[in-house]
Amino acid sequence: MSNCAEVVIIGGGIIGCAAAYNLAKKGASVIVLEADDSIGNGGSSRNGGGVRQSGRDPRELPLAMYSVEHLWPVLSEELGVNVEYHKEGNLRLGKTEKHMEILQGLTDRATACGLDVKMISGEEVRAINPYLSEEVIGASWCPTDGHANPLIATLGYYKRARDLGVCFYTGEEVVQIQKVRGKARRVITKKNVYEGEKIIVAAGYESRKIVETVGIDIPMRKELIEALVTEAEPKMFPQMLGTADADFYGHQTDHGSFVFGGASGFESVNKDNGTNATSSITAPCICRGIMKYIPKLANAKIVRTWAGYEDLCADGIPVISPVEEVPGLILACAFTGHGFGISPVVGILLSQMALEEQTLLDMKEFRYDRFHAVI
Amino acid sequence: MKKINDRSMDIGPFVAAPDDDMLICRCEEVTKGEIRKAVHEGMYTLTEIRRYLRTGMGLCQGQTCAKLVKRIVAAELQVSPDELEPATSRSPMRPIEMEVFAKEADADE
Repeated sequence: MSNCAEVVIIGGGIIGCAAAYNLAKKGASVIVLEADDSIGNGGSSRNGGGVRQSGRDPRELPLAMYSVEHLWPVLSEELGVNVEYHKEGNLRLGKTEKHMEILQGLTDRATACGLDVKMISGEEVRAINPYLSEEVIGASWCPTDGHANPLIATLGYYKRARDLGVCFYTGEEVVQIQKVRGKARRVITKKNVYEGEKIIVAAGYESRKIVETVGIDIPMRKELIEALVTEAEPKMFPQMLGTADADFYGHQTDHGSFVFGGASGFESVNKDNGTNATSSITAPCICRGIMKYIPKLANAKIVRTWAGYEDLCADGIPVISPVEEVPGLILACAFTGHGFGISPVVGILLSQMALEEQTLLDMKEFRYDRFHAVI
Repeated sequence: MKKINDRSMDIGPFVAAPDDDMLICRCEEVTKGEIRKAVHEGMYTLTEIRRYLRTGMGLCQGQTCAKLVKRIVAAELQVSPDELEPATSRSPMRPIEMEVFAKEADADE
């Protein structure tokens, strides 16, 4: 059992695993500590698998565009597993004039950043996807968006990192980071002590109480959202779907099943008993939403529902940043439900931060000290 | 209390066996050999096996194969099956049509 490494990563989700993989590839020694029994048991395995650029905050768009252009297309080959990546477009659907205004705003902001996305009519939508109902009057269409399998992608990063010699410990809940001579160095778990030259915290919402032990706070909250999956259906369409109203999103997987996520409207006040349990009202609500857009799925059988926490940042984009007050500490948290699609590039960026290399993209928008009071 | 699991511990190499072609998860058609191999690729929990191979993700939701998968994984890790946590059971109990599930509330319109 090894307790010392150049880099200790707290959090074995897709961000931690992708960072570990990229660090190991460059020859660094890495330890990953995961509080849960299973790797990737948080948002990494519970998201809807969207690999989207459209609909993103302009500050986050360069990360998404870089991932889509350079990383997702070769990820299966790189990890040696099939991550089921499909780059066959995203339709964000609208049913009312108000929806179309929302979509127009998103589209204008994205095209200003150089993304290929445009507004299309209801007829054009149905030419791309004939299963969508007449209620859909238009959409935004981004042909380079897509989807992938988050379960396989997360475990694929884990598997490759492990093959390269990264030490993973599950069931290791971190309670404290300790400084030695002014630098973050020791990671204290309930049972052990680990040491690293650099410490990356990628533990979702739980990052907050971990970095609090060295006096750092990130303004975020957590919200429990839900998703469901149908039995395998004949192949219908390859696009990722979303709506202006955000009532559901989803896609058909390689397996044939449809994965859809959605909201009941009670997310911010959901009961929180410490487990990510589903509620009885959300999945039926998602079903009602889906059937209005895709009537043909009314007979599709739901086989499973699940819930997962999002770590929502005060300003809607993640914190991916070294912390100057605590040298050696690097944060990667508050992904706000957008982490999966950008995880391949974030893994590279974190490895560059940990090895003190120039980052391949400008990261000033993601700094930990960007938050200011309103007045 | 969670048990610390060192994912680099030595469980020996994967050795092919004559019954590796046996179907264990019938819904998703996963064989014994695939399950054993996944353990050697680092999938040490039933939740990870399930997400990696789709065992127990089909129509029966693992009601047929869960115990078999558990026994195979435990044997490969050289631990007692009791030490492995089962994967989470998820609602609904039986596959249910979207239009039936959707009737949980009366539609307003």
